[in-house]
Amino acid sequence: MQFKEWNGFKTGNWQFEIDVRDFIQKNYTPYTGDHQFLKGTTDKTNKLWNEVLELYKKEHESKGNVLEIDEKTISTITSHEAGYIDKDLEMIVGLQTDKPLKRAIMPFGGIRIVEKSCEAYGKELDKEVENIFHNYRKTHNDGVFDVYTPDIRRARSSHLITGLPDGYGRGRIIGDYRRVALYGIDYLIQEKEQELDILDVNEFTESIIREREEIREQIKALQKLKVMASKYGFDISLPASNSQEAVQWLYFGYLGAIKDQNGAAMSLGRTSTFLDIYFERDLKNGTITEEQAQEIMDHFIMKLRLVRFLRTPEYNELFSGDPVWVTESIGGMGIDGRTLVTKNSYRILHSLENLGPAPEPNLTILWSENLPENFKKYAASLSIKTSSIQYENDDLMRVTLGDDYGIACCVSPMKLGKQMQFFGARANLAKTLLYAINGGKDELSGKQITPKYEPITSEYLDYNEVMEKFDQMMEYVAKIYIKALNAIHYMHDKYSYEALEMALHDKEIVRTMACGIAGLSVVADSLSAIKYAKVKTIRNENNMVVDYEIEGTFPQYGNDDDRVDQIAIDVVKQFLTKLQRHQTYRNSKHTLSILTITSNVVYGKATGNTPDGRNSGDPFGPGANPLHGRDTTGALAVMNSIAKLPFPEAEDGISYTFSITPGTLGKTDEQRISNLVNMLDGYFKQTGHHINVNVFDRQLLEDAMEHPEKYPQLTIRVSGYAVHFTKLTREQQLDVINRTIHEKI
Amino acid sequence: MEKKDLKYFAKVHSIDSFGTVDGPGIRFVLFLQGCNLQCKYCHNRDTWDINGGTYKSLDEIYEKIIKYKNYIYPNGGVTVTGGEPLLQVSFLINLFKKLKDHNIHTCIDTSGMVAITNDIKDLLNMTDLVLLDIKHIDNEKCKSLVGVGNSLELNFARYLSDNNISMWIRQVLVPGFTDDKNDLLKLKSFIDSLKTVEKVELLPYHDLGAHKWSALGINYELKNVKPASDKDIQRAKEILGLT
Repeated sequence: MQFKEWNGFKTGNWQFEIDVRDFIQKNYTPYTGDHQFLKGTTDKTNKLWNEVLELYKKEHESKGNVLEIDEKTISTITSHEAGYIDKDLEMIVGLQTDKPLKRAIMPFGGIRIVEKSCEAYGKELDKEVENIFHNYRKTHNDGVFDVYTPDIRRARSSHLITGLPDGYGRGRIIGDYRRVALYGIDYLIQEKEQELDILDVNEFTESIIREREEIREQIKALQKLKVMASKYGFDISLPASNSQEAVQWLYFGYLGAIKDQNGAAMSLGRTSTFLDIYFERDLKNGTITEEQAQEIMDHFIMKLRLVRFLRTPEYNELFSGDPVWVTESIGGMGIDGRTLVTKNSYRILHSLENLGPAPEPNLTILWSENLPENFKKYAASLSIKTSSIQYENDDLMRVTLGDDYGIACCVSPMKLGKQMQFFGARANLAKTLLYAINGGKDELSGKQITPKYEPITSEYLDYNEVMEKFDQMMEYVAKIYIKALNAIHYMHDKYSYEALEMALHDKEIVRTMACGIAGLSVVADSLSAIKYAKVKTIRNENNMVVDYEIEGTFPQYGNDDDRVDQIAIDVVKQFLTKLQRHQTYRNSKHTLSILTITSNVVYGKATGNTPDGRNSGDPFGPGANPLHGRDTTGALAVMNSIAKLPFPEAEDGISYTFSITPGTLGKTDEQRISNLVNMLDGYFKQTGHHINVNVFDRQLLEDAMEHPEKYPQLTIRVSGYAVHFTKLTREQQLDVINRTIHEKI
Repeated sequence: MEKKDLKYFAKVHSIDSFGTVDGPGIRFVLFLQGCNLQCKYCHNRDTWDINGGTYKSLDEIYEKIIKYKNYIYPNGGVTVTGGEPLLQVSFLINLFKKLKDHNIHTCIDTSGMVAITNDIKDLLNMTDLVLLDIKHIDNEKCKSLVGVGNSLELNFARYLSDNNISMWIRQVLVPGFTDDKNDLLKLKSFIDSLKTVEKVELLPYHDLGAHKWSALGINYELKNVKPASDKDIQRAKEILGLT
């Protein structure tokens, strides 16, 4: 295959089959210099960004932060006419609907959630749409509830298993959007046609039929993508011929996906180094300047900051701040030892300076000890300035995932175009422990949720007895959990298949069943209290244990104390083993994450008093964090505790949110940067997986709570993503402020 | 409390795995229990009592430190502070021997209010940096502020200078107590006479430690003293010629 658009690129296998990694490896230019080459904003960028800020302002003043809804048009790749912010200024075009920040309806995941959303923001869903989806077209949500069993329903409504994507889009699939730019749509369709040909076999089994149908859907989606682009005046049949087109083609791919799917996380992949190859070619040819390169990237970033989905207020309560998880993975090292940092890795980060901090895109640095020192320092300096970056351990992930993976959502790594996941939210293991003590009765409602197990009857909790019962209860939860997930993903594939995103994947893909744990630190501390102190049960009139009294002290998770950290490790391993006993939909591989997003607040609310002394309703620690205030030996002790959690058994990610005051990080800017770099190097050498870095003063947040109008762009990182602080609920704001901000007097 | 061999056991107040202000880079900070001064402004009043704290063995402390080697190796190290760490000099000699064997940067945060014994000399031989907190340059005012005069610490500073041991000079700027212009000028000329001063730091007095006094049921004399403001610091810095 040869296109004239490929002139100047080094040849390789990528020309003969879809192989984006090979293209990158053959053609990219590692960059080890510093940030001095970067340019500020152009006039166009300033004007356009001011218009966006104006729109933000209007949006923020609107009911529920929703500016406008198109309640009539069912969103598809081609549903809307072209939309612009300001056509003459935009270097990169394309909006989800015909106007910026106007939200579309996507009822294939579930009609009720769309109705509720419209209602919440003062709109009424179009009657015809309602009619269609109530009477003619079944949704994912309908399908799931058709097959849910009573035990799943009970586990769900008692918050034993929570946040399941059974009423909304599952997301967490990353289309390899780079393919659109590198190959053009026609070639991609041609490849898919060949896949169909491979599936023209004698034995027409259920799985062959399903695959053929899916690929046919993928081809249709690719065709629609061409139509979508043509509405903006672009023909994307052929590869992109320059850097502006490369960004545009790639963005069109992504735009098609977010018009097609309201997924919980719609991540971008690992695009900046890929795009750098085009920028380098143009810079070398003298067809663009550095100012123009930055302008294109800034305009691209603006588009990513305008992505919006229509979701209910309850959804926002769970996942605060209207997140989209446009996660972009930056940097990392190649397996040949060259860094994957390029000038464009700098440009994308530089948007935080040019346009100011923002939660989206979710900028994620793939950190390696061997990253160029200059890049480490630049990233650290931006973290200190903007609190808008998260870091994940490339040295850890590269071992199994190679050097062309990306992060979906917050912490879920996957090989781009070769792997997808079935998002599984999380099981509440703190509640599981309470059920073990009460024989499957809910500590708050008193209802029997699981089959009747033998409850604990002694006054003081015995470690071995509790462990035995906890083990049984985890066994039960694992069973129900996998049942629910199998149902969910079967129905999602059936009624809300991500045809475009999957069209940007290989035929043979790895699927994971991405389960999760909430409340790990509560469980670890509770079991530690039972083992090392004496825990007395307090019962209500129905003889149910509803509270605990602790006599003595016990080692607490987050202080680098093996006695309790090992308990946490064991729980992770055991729970995974139990999940693995159950067969998964499409033979997906069982994986685990220790990630709560901001739902640690909601899960905590739904969970009674725990044996570690946590009060009923109090939030859990987010992700793998220790519970607030339990860590008493400083930030690095927390990191060491978390770094012990085993990534091989939690390969869907282990999230740690770290907040520190500037003064505690160091006295001068230079010291802060150097300390943060040393800290990140240290944490990742300890095999930590993920860290959010927030650098701010408590007073600043308190002021922002009282005067939100003064801080429209104040961004903070919580459990794997970033949010506008002022968009959090008051409860969540307090949780952030009270969460261990490491500070010293 | 049971008797321990003080060469191999330390009385520890607490540890902090992540210090960034007491010495260069990321510091493992060991707070030792017990103090020989009574600084009126002390923000760690709970470290004074020589009978308080918990005994920890040399091995236990060393093992703890080593857990953080990945963070402290590049630019940081270990800082011992207190209380007054030099009261436990025989323990520190053994700890620092181990740390130097593993090429870990050592730092002592002290008032220097101790006699220069052979033990102290041995320890300082293994010390990469001393954070020397000069309480007051005026002997009488020093006595009233911290309970003893300043001759020991000034000797200590001289010893560091004569023996080529690096130091950062610190002083807590307490409005009305340590901010007199003439005193600051005297301090400056003293510092100028030392050869190994790498840095001079003014630590603004704050009252955030006052609650620790009341928690112990002890009267906090500086109740009416305002924390040092940025302006106060700026003024003192100018007098000291630090800007």
